Amino acid sequence: MTDEQISFEEAFTRLEETVRRLEAGNLSLEESIALFEEGMRLAQVCNARLDEAELRVSQLVADPAGYTLEPFK
Amino acid sequence: MDPRPVGVVVRYIKTLLETDDLLSDLWVEGEVSNYSRSSAGHLYFTLKDTEGQLRCVMWRGRAERLERLPQDGDQIIVHGYVSLYEGSGAVQCYVDAIRPTGLGLLQQQFETLKARLAAEGLFDARRKRPLPAFPRRIGVVTSPTGAAIRDILHVLGRRYPLAEVILAPTPVQGDDAAPQIAAAIMALDEYVGVDVILVGRGGGSLEDLWPFNEERVARAIFACQTPVISGVGHETDFTIADFVADVRAPTPSAAAEMIVPDRAELSARIAQSQARLGRALAGWVTRARERTRHQQGRLARHTPAHLIAQRRQAVDEQAQLAVRSLRRDLALHGERLGGLRGRLLALSPLATLERGYAVVQRLDDGQIVQSIQQVGPGDGLAVRVADGVFGARVVEGET
Repeated sequence: MTDEQISFEEAFTRLEETVRRLEAGNLSLEESIALFEEGMRLAQVCNARLDEAELRVSQLVADPAGYTLEPFK
Repeated sequence: MDPRPVGVVVRYIKTLLETDDLLSDLWVEGEVSNYSRSSAGHLYFTLKDTEGQLRCVMWRGRAERLERLPQDGDQIIVHGYVSLYEGSGAVQCYVDAIRPTGLGLLQQQFETLKARLAAEGLFDARRKRPLPAFPRRIGVVTSPTGAAIRDILHVLGRRYPLAEVILAPTPVQGDDAAPQIAAAIMALDEYVGVDVILVGRGGGSLEDLWPFNEERVARAIFACQTPVISGVGHETDFTIADFVADVRAPTPSAAAEMIVPDRAELSARIAQSQARLGRALAGWVTRARERTRHQQGRLARHTPAHLIAQRRQAVDEQAQLAVRSLRRDLALHGERLGGLRGRLLALSPLATLERGYAVVQRLDDGQIVQSIQQVGPGDGLAVRVADGVFGARVVEGET
């Protein structure tokens, strides 16, 4: 899954998990550095999502076929 | 001045009241307060509104026929006549019938429905679902106009613009509102698919909020697979929808706050995580250094120089032990010698001489004289004492 597809929730949860694993210790130097880099990357993804977000609002409209979504306001 | 006795005046007022056309047969509307029931079974209460109050009494005979006894807060209409109770001088309405007002009826319906749905388990706490922590799609059931939707969108836009909001617009008061609210909930749940549904409207009277007390809406919320949060009216308004929902919020804005995290808080937590990553990595390096130092320390304890020093120390200790042992033996011998010397000295004849005894010898042949038979008068003797010898001649002897 590329960074573009990952949801905020997933990135955020994985970030906190990465921190916990790195803090737990018992890792080699290579593993520690790899976790550090992944954590920083996930943090960047999270921040990007938060900064770029704009609330999208649509409304349900009944039509003969069922419902459709239209932009609201 | 022509004073009349109190009883006369009171009776006069009573007569006035009882002969008045209006007061002898009327309906009165108001709110019940100070309700009580005497041991004899008569009902006493006060009917009030913002401008006045009237004491009421209903005798047991009539009261027994009531389907439901009045309670404080009930909006009712009573029928009866107004008179004066001479004993207390109080104006009272003597009630023979009680009806609920429109509002009173609604109140009763609310209580009845609430009890029935509770018994069926619609309000059961165990059934309540948790709200998702990071909802991606949020369904909202409310009026497309009005303050509620504005407030909700304002809160969501500020706190969590990552989400997508889908509004299912419905009327939120009036007779046709309840079925449309129920249909909107079902449409969001089954047709559109969202992570959480917010159902609500702004403040209003009991009649305004009534659609959210309807059974259709309650059952639609209960049947909904998606978690539902209710935000109806103001803090003090509790509707049936509030009891069935998975979470109740006091207002629509409060509901919006409860379903999403705050963007600013999330930013702070992300920054915190980054700091912790940095500290953890730095900590790793520090710990690695310490481990190396520790290993170096262990190595140092096994170098040849160290081993030699250890051996040297062992030898030293042995030597010291040997010396101590030798000294102990010498001391022991010394003591024994001392002891023997003492005994020798005690046995020595010199000691005897020093106590005053003498050794006597015959001058002519040196025999040591032990008996008087060995000497006669005139014989020469040598007498040895502790510090020397002197001559002596026997004078006389006796046994």
